[in-house]
This record gives sequence, structure tokens and C-alpha cells, in this order.
Amino acid sequence: MDFSNIDWEDIAQATLDTLTMTGCSLFFTVLLGLPLGVLLFVTGKKQLLEQRGIYALLSVLVNVLRSVPFIILLIVLIPFTLFLVGTSLGVPGTIPPLVIGTTPFFARLVENVLRDVDRGIIEACQAMGAKTHQIIIHALLPEALPGLIAAATVTTIALVSYAAMSGVIGGGGLGDLALRFGYQRFQTDVMVVTVAILIVLVQVLQFSGDKLVARFTRK
Amino acid sequence: MIRIEQVQKFYQVNRDVAGVQVHALRDINLHIEQGKVFGIIGRSGAGKSTLLRTLNLLERPSSGKILIDGADITQFGAEQLHALRQRVGMVFQHFNLLSAKTIAENIDFPLKLAGSYSNEQRRQRVDELLALVGLSDQRDKYPAQLSGGQKQRVGIARALANYPTLLLCDEATSALDPETTQSILRLLSDINQQLGLTIVLITHEMQVIRTICDQVAVIDAGHIVETGDVADVFLHPQHPVTQSLVAENQALDLDLVQLRQDRQRGVLARLTYVGAAAHEPILSRVAAQTQLQMVILQGTISRIKSTPYGQLLVELIGSADEIDRVLASLRAEEVRVDLIDVSGGVQ
Repeated sequence: MDFSNIDWEDIAQATLDTLTMTGCSLFFTVLLGLPLGVLLFVTGKKQLLEQRGIYALLSVLVNVLRSVPFIILLIVLIPFTLFLVGTSLGVPGTIPPLVIGTTPFFARLVENVLRDVDRGIIEACQAMGAKTHQIIIHALLPEALPGLIAAATVTTIALVSYAAMSGVIGGGGLGDLALRFGYQRFQTDVMVVTVAILIVLVQVLQFSGDKLVARFTRK
Repeated sequence: MIRIEQVQKFYQVNRDVAGVQVHALRDINLHIEQGKVFGIIGRSGAGKSTLLRTLNLLERPSSGKILIDGADITQFGAEQLHALRQRVGMVFQHFNLLSAKTIAENIDFPLKLAGSYSNEQRRQRVDELLALVGLSDQRDKYPAQLSGGQKQRVGIARALANYPTLLLCDEATSALDPETTQSILRLLSDINQQLGLTIVLITHEMQVIRTICDQVAVIDAGHIVETGDVADVFLHPQHPVTQSLVAENQALDLDLVQLRQDRQRGVLARLTYVGAAAHEPILSRVAAQTQLQMVILQGTISRIKSTPYGQLLVELIGSADEIDRVLASLRAEEVRVDLIDVSGGVQ
């Protein structure tokens, strides 16, 4: 195959855009998803602040958002994105739908990770007179850290693939490039290069995530 | 120090099905004295764990009072309860250490939560506690790098951090091998004597009760079926559950019927002597005065906490008059004599 017609500057820019979209979205996903996941966990059945009503409400919300296909979410959220960041195009225009698409997913992962923390540890903290917020901050989250990093890794990889979809609504990045040049202009070479970069990116992310998990695992 | 009055605990098995309840604690009344080691023994599911957890309200009783130093803790608000729990140490069967924190950080954790110590005080206290449990050289390791016995030592140090006056032990030695169990029990016993704190422990092993407890309560199906000084309960168990727990520990009195049928020569008697009497040559003194034949079928000479005792199962062969005379002189020597009949019961 001949790669001589590829505009490498475009590729570099698209790669940077993908990294920016993924990075910013990850930041906001963790910022919103971690508290939501903790809330799901503590209000759950037989947990620290059992609240059936709140749990049911949050759970339904998370499920609804997770059942909307991302491509539809991208389109449905255009007015909201316009209101929030002033544009629905490019890198800024894709971050709000990406965050809203992955936050419920990450929150559910967080809930599951926290459920795996040994109940005995929570009981020991209660027996020491720890308050609920102290248990969450000083015991629950540190104990769950390796699991939380693993959840964030899975979420980041989901973000990379969602970000590629945002080409449909005029977002930037590798997916956009692959769609416009690779698909619409039949430039198979561009398609191959973008897919190869995505593969490498995902490999690097998974490898780094696994390394971090191992670094923080004390068991 | 602790008085448990009329405590009941019901569990709703499934809250969607009204009326399905488990009666976990039934009308519990106990008095636990200051500075004593108080044991609660029972089979799994008897309610001992629930009972222990009512003492720091990890389990809230459905009704009844729990008085600690005169205050009914079931009436405490959130703040009072946090303060109480900071002053009541708890040690767990599976240690429940924070795996992400080092040994020193684990011991420091309750001090940090309390928020009333300076950094310097905390550091000093952690050093003291590490020395107390003999783990000064392990301070920067993580729990996963320690053995079970070492983990439990960390658990004990953590429970003692806030200068508690009461220590609750939830099957603290059940996950440990016999040798480690002994060393942990010795540590608890030392702590009880040196610091004068009250220890309430639950266990399913009579061995644990015998080694360190002063008093014991036997719990079965949510009822306290027997309570008293360990020597009395251990040597003269009244309730069938207590009898079987004791029998497992010392293998005495098992299969009495079988034993009796094999040797139908004389009278079977169980002789029990406690304290100074255990050091006296009572049996040979009595034997020297009689023509009676005595066969020791089973016997245990051991200690209950620091009190020596002996318990022998003997067969006496001879005339009825002579047997009565010998038993009378044994009783005169402060030996407790229980005759055992053919059906295996104690007369």
C-alpha cells in the first residue's frame, strides 16, 4: 500500500484532538462519576446510608442514560452542548456528550468496585467510631483504589472509541479523519493509519492502567 | 461496669414478607464486672456475635437496656455513640485491617479519626503500641506481608490505641493455629492485667474460655443457658450444651454408657478437686486406708486460667460399705464426688 498521499500533519492534529477529547472527558467523567458511584453504593441495600428511594432514582437514571446508543446521545444533546460550551462542533463540542455518555457507565463500575471492598473493614471503621464520610474518604476509596483505576482504564478506552464516533456530528479527532477521508473519499491508506494509531493508543492505555493497578495493589 | 438488661433482638428476614422474623437474642440479662475477662461461648448461630455487637451498638437491640458505667447506650445520639465507640476497642476474627495502609498507619487510624491528638502524640502512641504487641520492626510493612498471628497483633494494637476501658473480641483466635492462638491469648491476658481493662470475648472453643476467662456465659439459640465463674461452669456444667462444649475440650465423660457396660465391676465416680487440693496426695492418702480397688479410667490435671484442678474418672471395686466410707473421706478432703449411673447420667 502507498502511504505517500497521507497528510501527516492532519494525522498528528487528529491524534492530538483525540487525546484532548479523551483526556478532558475522562477528567469530567471521574469528577462526576466517582461521587455518583459512591452515592449509588452507600444508598444501596444494607449499606452505610441505605436509602431505597434515592438508590432507585439514581439507578433508573443511570440505566436510562446507558441504554441510549451513544450516536443518538450525540445528536440529542446538541442543544445542551450549544448552551454549555457555545458550539456543538470540534473538540469542545464533543466533550459534553462524551462525559454524559460515560459518566453513568463509570458510576456503575465504581459502585461494583466498592461493593467488593471487604464489609469487615467497614464494620471495623464503624467500631472505631468513624463517621460515614471518614469511612468513605479514609477507608473505602483507598481500599478500592486498584479497582477504581481499573474502572477508569476501561472507561478511558470506551471514551477513545466514543470519541471516534463524534466525527458524525462534526467533532474532530481520528474517527473524524477516518470517516471523512477513509470512508467518504475512499482513502484506504488514511483509514489504515488511523485504525493503527487507535490500536496502539488502546494498547498503551490498557498497559499503563494495568501497571498502575499493580502499583497500588497491596494484597 | 456493663449491665445488660432484658435485651431482645429480632431480625426481619425479608422485609417484603411481613412477620417473618428471627429471634436472635431472647431476654438477655448479664452483668460484666470491671477488669474481668468475660467469655461468651456458643455454637455458630447461637447469637453470640449479635450479643457482642450490641455492646457498641453495631447491632441495635430491639428492646432492653445496655448500661455501660451507668449510662444506657441504647439512648445515645450519634455524637455520643461515636465517642463511645472510640473508647471501646474491637478485635475481629478476620482482623479487618486496611490493606492499603501500613502497619503503623493502621494503628494510627483510630487516633487520626479521634482528631484529639497532636502528630507528635500520635507518633509516640503508635511506637508504644508497636512495642506492646512486639511488632516494632514491621511498622512499614503492609498487612498482606504479615502472618495471621502478626495481623491479629496489629488488630489488637489498633483496638487499644484510644486507651479503651473495654475491649471486645469477636472470635479473635478462631482463624489462627493452636500455637498462635496461645500467644494471642497470652497477649490479651497480659493486657487485661497490665492495663486493667475489661475484655468481653466470644468464642466457640472451651479452650479459649479455660485459658483466659474469669467468667463465662453459655448462649444457645439466643438464650443465656448458663453463667458463672469459669471453674464452676467448666468443672460442673449443668446445661447439655455446656456439657457437650466441655466434653469436646477435655474428652472426659464421653461414651460413659459404653465404658460402664465394658467393665461392670464396681462403682463409677467422677472426682474433681480445685486449687491447692490439686497439689495434695489425696488419692494415695485415701488409698492407704482402705482395701478398696481403685482404677483410674480417665483423668485430666490442668489449669483453669491460673487455678490448677484435677478431674478423674475412677472405678471403685469393693463392698458397698467400704465404697461409702472412701467417698466420705474423699469429700472430707474437699474433693467433689459425682457418682455416675449406668445410663450415663450424673447422680
